Amino acid sequence: MTTVAATSHPAPAHHDDRSFIRKYVFSTDHKIIGIQFLFVSLFFLLVGGLLAMQMRWQLGFPGKPMPGGGILPETMAPGGVILPEYYIQLLTMHGTFMVFFAIMPLLVGVYANFLIPLKIGTHDMAFPRINMWSFWSFFAAGLVMLSSLFVPDGAARAGWTMYAPLSARHDLSGASFGQELWSVSIILVGLSSILGSLNYITTIINNRAPGMTWFRMPLSVWSLFITAILGLLALPVLSGAAIMLLFDQIIGTHFFDPAAGGQALLWQHLFWFFGHPEVYILILPAMGMVSDIIANGSRKPIFGYHSMVFAIVAIAFLGWIVWGHHMFVSGMNPTLGSSFMVSTLVIAVPSAVKTFNWMGTMWRGNIKFTVPMLNAIAFVAMFVIGGLSGIFMAATPVDMQIHDTYFIVAHLHYVLFGGSLFALFAAIPYWYPKMFGRMMSERWGKVHFWLTFIFYNCTFFPMHITGMAGEMRRLYDPNQYTFLQPYQPIRVFISISAFLLFATQIIFFVNFWWSLKKGKPAGLNPWQDNGLEWTLPSPAPHGNWERVPTVYRGPYEFSSPQVPEDYLPQTRKLPGDREPAVASAARH
Amino acid sequence: MRWWLPLKASTFAGPIDGLFLAILIITGIAFVLVEVGLIWFVIRYRQRPGRKAFYTHGNTRAEVIWTAIPAVTMVALGLISNRYWVEIKGRNSVPANAYPIAIHAKQFEWQITYPGPDGKLGTPDDFTVRNQLHVPVGRPIVVALSSEDVIHSFYVPQFRVRQDAVPGMDIKAWFQATVPGTYELGCSQLCGLGHYRMRAQVFVQTQEDYDAWMKQAAQEASS
Amino acid sequence: MTHAAATVDQMRPPYPAERGLDVYNTKLGMWVFLASEVMFFAALIGTYVILRFGAPGEWARPGIVLNIKITAFNTFLLICSSVSMVKAYAAIQDGDPKNMRFWLLLTILGGASFVGIQVYEYIHLVEHGFVPSGVREGSELAELVAKGTLPAATMGLYGSTFFTMTGFHGFHVTCGVISMTYLYFTKALPGKYSKADYGGIETVGLYWHFVDLVWIILFTIVYLI
Repeated sequence: MTTVAATSHPAPAHHDDRSFIRKYVFSTDHKIIGIQFLFVSLFFLLVGGLLAMQMRWQLGFPGKPMPGGGILPETMAPGGVILPEYYIQLLTMHGTFMVFFAIMPLLVGVYANFLIPLKIGTHDMAFPRINMWSFWSFFAAGLVMLSSLFVPDGAARAGWTMYAPLSARHDLSGASFGQELWSVSIILVGLSSILGSLNYITTIINNRAPGMTWFRMPLSVWSLFITAILGLLALPVLSGAAIMLLFDQIIGTHFFDPAAGGQALLWQHLFWFFGHPEVYILILPAMGMVSDIIANGSRKPIFGYHSMVFAIVAIAFLGWIVWGHHMFVSGMNPTLGSSFMVSTLVIAVPSAVKTFNWMGTMWRGNIKFTVPMLNAIAFVAMFVIGGLSGIFMAATPVDMQIHDTYFIVAHLHYVLFGGSLFALFAAIPYWYPKMFGRMMSERWGKVHFWLTFIFYNCTFFPMHITGMAGEMRRLYDPNQYTFLQPYQPIRVFISISAFLLFATQIIFFVNFWWSLKKGKPAGLNPWQDNGLEWTLPSPAPHGNWERVPTVYRGPYEFSSPQVPEDYLPQTRKLPGDREPAVASAARH
Repeated sequence: MRWWLPLKASTFAGPIDGLFLAILIITGIAFVLVEVGLIWFVIRYRQRPGRKAFYTHGNTRAEVIWTAIPAVTMVALGLISNRYWVEIKGRNSVPANAYPIAIHAKQFEWQITYPGPDGKLGTPDDFTVRNQLHVPVGRPIVVALSSEDVIHSFYVPQFRVRQDAVPGMDIKAWFQATVPGTYELGCSQLCGLGHYRMRAQVFVQTQEDYDAWMKQAAQEASS
Repeated sequence: MTHAAATVDQMRPPYPAERGLDVYNTKLGMWVFLASEVMFFAALIGTYVILRFGAPGEWARPGIVLNIKITAFNTFLLICSSVSMVKAYAAIQDGDPKNMRFWLLLTILGGASFVGIQVYEYIHLVEHGFVPSGVREGSELAELVAKGTLPAATMGLYGSTFFTMTGFHGFHVTCGVISMTYLYFTKALPGKYSKADYGGIETVGLYWHFVDLVWIILFTIVYLI
């Protein structure tokens, strides 16, 4: 075993001289790849939002011509009035774009790529070229999915959950080529995810800097690591299912065709076996990054670091055995309903632990209300609502009443928007300086935060009420039902709030783009954080460090009695710190 | 406009609404604890000149408590819920004397087959009506669900009953209506273009009214 | 200059790091990738099991549609190619690149032959009327269905599962053959592998054994049972 010479000032790598194409287009640099994911995913977030706006127009103002609807084809929205066939495409593609092309890549594609090598102290991912392919297959998948909106018969329209046989039979759904493009795109997304996971897992296991032991890794890295394992094992099942669906659609196989012995429920089992781990993929990185930001904002170590790690592992592990809770009324054996209910209720426990630990971190802290901290606190407040509403649907008798209603829509938006997206509104400005060398505007970030918070709750909270009343999902015109007509004022309220919510995001986008060139130049460590990335210049250079740094402590040593400052970087060597014993470079 | 669950019109509604309320109370307590706690912390522990944060890595006892309490609560909730689940959906939950009606879901209508005056399905006096579900009040009804094409879902909010109708499967769902009146049956699983208008009327009638309707409808069907 | 990331064949990283799993990156990466492949084939094979045991009738008896003899030989061929892969690996571990190249070439030929024989089998099956959607109307096999030798109710599922599982397996074998050929010409032939540096061989060997293992499972549950 050899020891490493003390490097209390990790030296950044030298200037590189690659061509523009190699540097910014076909780059193998994990940071550039992360930024590529960021730009493309933000675009798809906008696409998903635009699709939702159209849905909300129809629900709030049914039968009225939509402003700007004139550009839509006559077969979809004659005179700007949305038709049922277009509405079901809108809802399908909104879900699809948001899950696969916005939230998942924003959390994983961006932050796993950007943060992992920086936060564990290495030059790049284990397989930089495979990493590049992970981005470009994602890009190709996005193009395919986007193109499906423009093909003659329109896009897929069986919901983002694509239940068979509706999804498999064009004669029953009215779709054709667009439905097949969905399957192809999903297969490419799966490939991108698996290639990414390959890198994240290998890099974290094998390429941590000396001293960066497992329990000195930040929670953001832990959550990305566990998420990568989830993705590695879940996406292939989706790919398999998508292949079988594609084959049913184009070469006449019968996987989901009951007339030939196929089983409709088979699709649901395959899809949700992937789908449930997928939602944990969509929340765990958010939780991890929020942990980092809350500890930083409170100037206090994270409360119960080890429990936080075990909670992440527990959530991920339990996430494999709850998928049937999407299928309580599906015709699945009711006994399975009981077992899935139990596992689903149990998974509430580690999430509760995490919530209390975030609060424990803030307790007796010295809280600074920066834009990231505001959004991180809102994450906790909103995620709790989403998580608690999940308990209603976990109780199978209650689920009979609220399954496939707006109560579910409220729940999923509280965890995905109130949770994941608020976490992104925290993470994006937080790591922006390290990506681009500039700060986003604090002032406009705060305006964006407050307006988003208000309009977001106005949009989604009332959905709990209409869901309780029995308002079913995916209805083009709820007013067909007498019992739902009285709720039209709520639908109008939700739609107007949604429009305002969407408009507010313009502030975020302008702030993001404007700050790229005009934002306040950032120093090395604008948040006075302890992570390894903050020892590098902003933006971080190609190759990160000339020599990998040495780590002496965990990442949450805020307000430590050892030093007068209220933060203590992981790489700073204090008298009394020992050099880490490191395995020699030779390894088999 | 109701701000709560719909009118209770079946024997399931009492237990389900009770469970809903219990969960609301439990989650409500958690909600208040967390949100008030957050607001309190945000005010009390905000950064002010001269303040320093309290350096601690956690408190095992606190963590044990806030792990154990949710865990025990969830287990209790599971046991209670399961009791009702088995009663409503269990393999042997359909009451022996339940009155049989067959509902065949199809894009985009409900084909409802009644057992006719002899009260037995599968006999020559059965007849089929579209989009009208008549049931006698106060008797268990067992619906034999099937689907012609894609997955649909049988849902009557006031009965608190929901069950997917899956092509290739014969699925039974039962309920007992308690309040005479007119309700609506909605399709609760996206089934294509006409999903939004796959609606049926539900008439819960006294036994006399039901028998009268049955006689007339059977006559109309045979003519 | 230490910022070169670990290249594909490097068995030791050029810079110190915390102790990981004591498995070098390329090999660890392959294990991780194979975990995802296990899940992929599990989805396909699990589907087969569910559909077969939930089928609305009898399943076709083995041997009527498929040629067990030729496929058994093909299985033997694939197993042999795994053995030659092991020998290639052992050779380079001992620092014998010449023998490694010989056994690697045999492995490639074995794999390519497997694919070739499988393509031949597919053509044969399609000619006789067996397609992914089941049995083609008016074909030889359609007559067997009419006679009752083959069960009409399940032939659709039989075709769907057979072609999907074996097709994707064949695709994986093909990717393996292409990878090994690529390594052969770019690394093995120019003598880039040595006793100290043979990661590519070991890694592609892992993949090859996995593909072989999947085939043994498929052969058993599709052709024999």
